[in-house]
Amino acid sequence: MGDKKVYRVLIGKPGLDGHDRGAKCIARALRDSGFEVVYTGIRRTPEEIAMAAIQEDVDVVGLSSLSGAHMELFSEVVDALKKHGASDIPVIGGGIIPEEDIEELKKRGIKKVFTPGTPMEEIIKTFRELCENK
Amino acid sequence: MSNHPKYKEWEEKVLSKVLARFPERKKEFKTTGGLDLPRVALPKEIDDEYLEKLGFPGQYPFTRGVQPTMYRSRLWTMRQYAGFATAKETNERYKYLLEQGQTGLSVAFDLPTQIGYDSDHPMSKGEVGKVGVAIDSLADMEILFDEIPLDKVSTSMTINSPASILLAMYVAVGEKQGVPREKLRGTIQNDILKEYVARGTYIFPPRPSLRIITNIFEWCTKNTPLFNTISISGYHIREAGSTAVQEVAFTLANGCTYVQTAIDAGLDVNVFGKRLSFFFNATTDIIEEVAKFRAARRMWAKIMKERFGATDPRACMLRFHTQTAGHTLTAQQIDNNVVRVALQALAAVLGGTQSLHTNSKDEALTLPTEDSVRTALRTQQIIAYESGVANSIDVLGGSYLVEQLTDKIEEEAFSLIQKIDDMGGVISAIEAGFIQRQIEDSAYEYQRQIETKDRIIVGVNEFQSKDTVKVPILKIDKEVEKRQVERVKKVREQRDNSKVEACLKRLEDAARGDENLMDPILEAVKEYATIGEICGVLREVFGEYRD
Amino acid sequence: MNIEQIIKGIKERSPRAIARAITMVENGDVLVEDLLSSLDKEAIDSTMVFGITGPPGAGKSTLTGKIVGYCRKLGKRVGVIAVDPSSPLSGGAIHGDRIRMMEHSLDMDVVIRSMATRGRLGGLCASAGAVCRILASSGCNPIIIETVGVGQSEIDIVKIADVTALVSAPGLGDDIQALKAGLMEVADVMVVNKADKPEAQMLAVELNEIAREKGTEVILTIASEGKGVDKLYHVMEKIYLENEKKGIKQQKRIEYRKKEITDWVIEMIRSDIEKKIDSIDTDLDKDPRVVASKVASELKDVLLN
Repeated sequence: MGDKKVYRVLIGKPGLDGHDRGAKCIARALRDSGFEVVYTGIRRTPEEIAMAAIQEDVDVVGLSSLSGAHMELFSEVVDALKKHGASDIPVIGGGIIPEEDIEELKKRGIKKVFTPGTPMEEIIKTFRELCENK
Repeated sequence: MSNHPKYKEWEEKVLSKVLARFPERKKEFKTTGGLDLPRVALPKEIDDEYLEKLGFPGQYPFTRGVQPTMYRSRLWTMRQYAGFATAKETNERYKYLLEQGQTGLSVAFDLPTQIGYDSDHPMSKGEVGKVGVAIDSLADMEILFDEIPLDKVSTSMTINSPASILLAMYVAVGEKQGVPREKLRGTIQNDILKEYVARGTYIFPPRPSLRIITNIFEWCTKNTPLFNTISISGYHIREAGSTAVQEVAFTLANGCTYVQTAIDAGLDVNVFGKRLSFFFNATTDIIEEVAKFRAARRMWAKIMKERFGATDPRACMLRFHTQTAGHTLTAQQIDNNVVRVALQALAAVLGGTQSLHTNSKDEALTLPTEDSVRTALRTQQIIAYESGVANSIDVLGGSYLVEQLTDKIEEEAFSLIQKIDDMGGVISAIEAGFIQRQIEDSAYEYQRQIETKDRIIVGVNEFQSKDTVKVPILKIDKEVEKRQVERVKKVREQRDNSKVEACLKRLEDAARGDENLMDPILEAVKEYATIGEICGVLREVFGEYRD
Repeated sequence: MNIEQIIKGIKERSPRAIARAITMVENGDVLVEDLLSSLDKEAIDSTMVFGITGPPGAGKSTLTGKIVGYCRKLGKRVGVIAVDPSSPLSGGAIHGDRIRMMEHSLDMDVVIRSMATRGRLGGLCASAGAVCRILASSGCNPIIIETVGVGQSEIDIVKIADVTALVSAPGLGDDIQALKAGLMEVADVMVVNKADKPEAQMLAVELNEIAREKGTEVILTIASEGKGVDKLYHVMEKIYLENEKKGIKQQKRIEYRKKEITDWVIEMIRSDIEKKIDSIDTDLDKDPRVVASKVASELKDVLLN
């Protein structure tokens, strides 16, 4: 049944930041591009997000943080996935992230980082590519 | 001027009193070219419609402003929101801002403080000192206001769920400085309802949260009469993506909920009503924003008088703080943000704001540096001292367009408030997801317009430039969290822990009963109980809210 | 992860293996039949499947989250299938129900999976049935299927459940009226959530009349505070056990089995049917009903020979 593969992604907000406008907009835009999007809401620990990603068997995890805690929180999601044997699920992130942090985040296993003003289309394209290459 | 009897009445009864107490900044106000500027320009013929809809400044329904002389007597308070790292660093920034001519303080707390976790709580990891200053106990608060005389400044604190605790700490710091409570001036945000729909720093479920807020209203009336007990905030609702109409409607609907709860608790609307303040967003759409501020003032006056039966005109005044719109700042070509902020600040002043925060150009990327904060403050000073718009009142009043939009916003916002009332009020509307969905829909539509270029954002989807400019970044050192964690541990070691326990027990008993929580919290704070401990007790009693 | 690892992993309750197995069902993986044949029949037979349905805003996911919490207190391992409608335009979906169950994310004995209807007519029913069997084989008992009570596919899914609770709440207006027409037929128990609201009593009285006719119960809950959740759980369990004793449960499962097989068959031959239509539907002047008869009779010929 259903020979066309439907991509599943998770949008999560690790940490205490409650600004979810961007996360919700992206979730909607992904849905409108045919993705199934699991949204886990605000104020979640990296471990909770990772476990949800595993149970939902998503193809990509997208994280958002605007509070400046991205360094710790994004890489902890990557680590938690690894700990639970799911390091094959790629993690990407977005938010108020200065240029100099991006390289370091990539070193820590975050596949791609988006800053404010990135066109939605570009973000969706990245999700799609990561899903297809999985 | 006018010979209309109502105008004469206003001059005699309202204006002259205020002029006696707050003389205007200059004897006469003129344009740069030397032309006379009237205090407030009026239509040639004052008719009933004018009197009903606009009236005179400082008089019901306050459409043209809440004071009869507005900025001719006193400019708005220039209040830059600031706070980062630990109390020590933030204290230095405050002193710098005061030296630069800022006239009020505005405290930004970090997220653990706002959500009632101590810096060493597992959920605080990575967040300590990031979006604001980390406060765990009175020990931090003492440093935050070190050498800042609390009888001279007014302090606004962006704190909601734990507002009672931070207010208690402020009172305690005041006492240590020898400043009596009744002289303290400032504002606590204390607006929990918008947290559930737009900002996310809630702790407890709605009902106990409303009880705490009512406790604060009651306690402040008796103890800190100059403190604004709440800042009912549309700012974050707008940031989350709402339209201007939704911003007004949801904010005033929240306001109605607080007023009704306080009335139900037996408080006098004419007393606590005077200490309510508001907080709005100013975007770059100048005309819509000016109309929004005017409509909000008129609506609130009507609501307080007609719905809640307030008779004191001061309880019908919508006094508000404004912050320029953070969501309009772009990470691309950040110098453009200075221009955006200037237009937004102008909108706020033309709309009659009582205080103003101007964002710094680099805030789409990072915490603002000292330099960029100074430019933001200078923007306000240029509007105040060079533009001339502060020399006459409601300078856009009477514009066909502005009046038409003011009416339209009022009409649409009232109908949205009616819808919420029909659903059983704000809390029901939140529980049903109605308000959240309305905001999300608007946010998505706004984004869609940007994607399709229906809406042009200069430097983002049009007029892009290739060259990237290196922006100096203010980064919070990792050491900050480590230091703060050590600090709170040390505080717990050095205080009298048996006293702390007794205070927390008393607080728990008060929370389980219906005693006002402010005094038990103040006692606990003075014994250096931490925010996490106090909120822990309340979490135990009230439970935690989850979206 | 290969198929053996997945089969073994389900028995060992590995979250990753369970998740992978469900994806295999969802995506129609070539090895899915090997997987489903390996499942634990006994566990499947003895697992209670509860349906939670009702209009948007009634508080279903909060209630489901609390039932999960209550089951965990009783030491039960729980499975949750949260169903959301797919967008008819894009085919995508947003699953937000997990938000109200996130407190259980780190609990290895709570397995939550979101599923979209994916526009499959009845097809979701088939998928969800298979997912139920995977969860049951991994030791989940009970399994809760939570779905919005509007639209046909959601009513279908209730057929998988042994016991279905219909959740309503005061202040939802017209949605309740719509419910009366459809879902009340299938409800084994009715829930009035947000019972602390003043209008809740009125709603309960109204529903009580219908419930009495049907011989069911109306239960008041305040999901946000966890009130009434224990009672709801025990009533559903009681109905399950009674139906099992009377053989009603078994009968229902056999009916559902037939429906699931039918759904799978139709889904499996859908593309053949479409091909057949393409070959026969050459004269656009003919009425579609006439063409359908012709396609059907030719297919029947093949089937009966």
